[in-house]
Amino acid sequence: MRKARLQKATYWLMRAATYFIVFVIASIILKVVWNGLGVISWEFLTTMPRRSGAEGGILPAIVGTLYIVLGTMAVALPLGMASAIYLSEYAKQGRFTRTIRLAIVTLAGVPSIVFGLFGLGLFVIFLRFGASLIAGCLTLACMILPIIIVSSEEALRAVPRSLRDGSLALGATKWQTIRKNVLPYSIPGMLTGSILGVGRAAGETAPILLTVAAFYLPKLPKSIFDQVMALPYHLYILATQHPDVAKVRPMQYGTALVLLVLVLGVNLVAILLRVSIRRRQRW
Amino acid sequence: MMKAAGKERAIKVTLFATASTSILIVIGIFVFVGKEAGQFAIEPGAKELLGSRWVPVSFQKESFGLLPLITGSLLVTFLASLLTVPFGVGSSVYISELARPVEREILKPFIEILAGIPSVVIGFFGLVVLAPLIKAVFRLPTGLTALAGAVLLALMAIPTVISISEDAIRSVPESYKAASLALGASKMQTIWRVTVPAALPGIIAAVMLGMGRVIGETMAVMMVTGNAAVITASPFDSVRTMTATIAAEMGEVPFGSDHYRALFCVGIVLLLATFGLNMVAQKVLKKYRMG
Repeated sequence: MRKARLQKATYWLMRAATYFIVFVIASIILKVVWNGLGVISWEFLTTMPRRSGAEGGILPAIVGTLYIVLGTMAVALPLGMASAIYLSEYAKQGRFTRTIRLAIVTLAGVPSIVFGLFGLGLFVIFLRFGASLIAGCLTLACMILPIIIVSSEEALRAVPRSLRDGSLALGATKWQTIRKNVLPYSIPGMLTGSILGVGRAAGETAPILLTVAAFYLPKLPKSIFDQVMALPYHLYILATQHPDVAKVRPMQYGTALVLLVLVLGVNLVAILLRVSIRRRQRW
Repeated sequence: MMKAAGKERAIKVTLFATASTSILIVIGIFVFVGKEAGQFAIEPGAKELLGSRWVPVSFQKESFGLLPLITGSLLVTFLASLLTVPFGVGSSVYISELARPVEREILKPFIEILAGIPSVVIGFFGLVVLAPLIKAVFRLPTGLTALAGAVLLALMAIPTVISISEDAIRSVPESYKAASLALGASKMQTIWRVTVPAALPGIIAAVMLGMGRVIGETMAVMMVTGNAAVITASPFDSVRTMTATIAAEMGEVPFGSDHYRALFCVGIVLLLATFGLNMVAQKVLKKYRMG
């Protein structure tokens, strides 16, 4: 009898733990949406900030974040996809392949602020890019590379062996086989996984703090060697560094909401795509 | 025919070269972070780092003792793990073994969402909701404490812990559970005496990977821990973590100064700590998957 009660208690305890987490997630999102929604207006999204962010809009931060994401993907996507193709299609078991895999696991675990130090040391100072869009994008690209490689490799491995064998048996070369019979089926999966990298790049603050982000810069960037504002950094500045933190609270909520919608929207697209791909591809 | 073979070779070599960039980046990180740290170890000397005071800007004498930063990071990480372990393990057991299928299909992506929320937004939530709450509940002069940082960090580590330990729990062979149930054990007994022990290495690895994420987290921690560089063991004190120190101070230091180099020393400590944790966790995971 006591045992049954104890069982019941553990069950409810675990259930409570799970739903408590759900509750906290929901309250974070609802809090930001609830307080941010009133701030969002056409003006907020499309005008320059005024009086160091206390008034006006957040256009340069939105544009900056979009540029950062596009630049990062332009570097990381080809690199990551090509690495994944090598690992899944060409690499043989051996010391070199093991070293690559070790490097990928290591990269995935490096703290983002250390990527920032690396970007600062290599791109900003050693290569003399200065604090600039290009330095930030290259730094973030290094950071999300493991995400793209791992998810792309998974997509490639999901293509059945028989598709490759059939093509090779007909006399196609290895690359022809990959290009015509493997990539077409795996590209959607590769892109889906990579979208998660986009979300990470858009939301990350610590590395861009050291390599690209400008405190307050009410104009749009003209070249890849310009500094830009970015949404996460803008939120950080408004929330902690602004002389009148309490007064600019609405701007903080607005910025947080735009950032949240951007990042979660991107992740949601990835999740939905994954579901639809799984449904479509039954080998 | 020759031309095609040449092209094939060229493609293979190109792909090989691209795949090597990961190795180059890892080497680059160690070189560029280590370079500045190494110069600090030569010029003011590595002994300087062992001090217990971090006063990087001073009219008399700066001191770059890393101890307060390291203990700050450790305190926050330890407190975070006290929260992460019960919540992470409890809910991964619930989701993988006890929840109904529909419930599971809803809970899993919902908790995945948590992993997608940018750390600066979580930090902002901590600033406007959690810190005032802690201040009121514990009647403190400020809510910006190690405890606030730990709660946020636990929140950020939980999705990692859940997804990896859920994998581990699910990969326990069905026959183990069936055998236990056939011997008359109840469902709970089977879970706690058979399934969880069998999945334990995976769960431990999950917690370690989560902790790796916690030590390296920057923004959320910087926003809510109050950033006082003191050595303390109390969750109600302000602390300054290694990550927050780099992020907060790097913007203001002159390039090439002692302070600048000391921050790279902090970076190398951080890098080695996370590297070590990850390597051990990977070893555990690998061994477990083989067995």
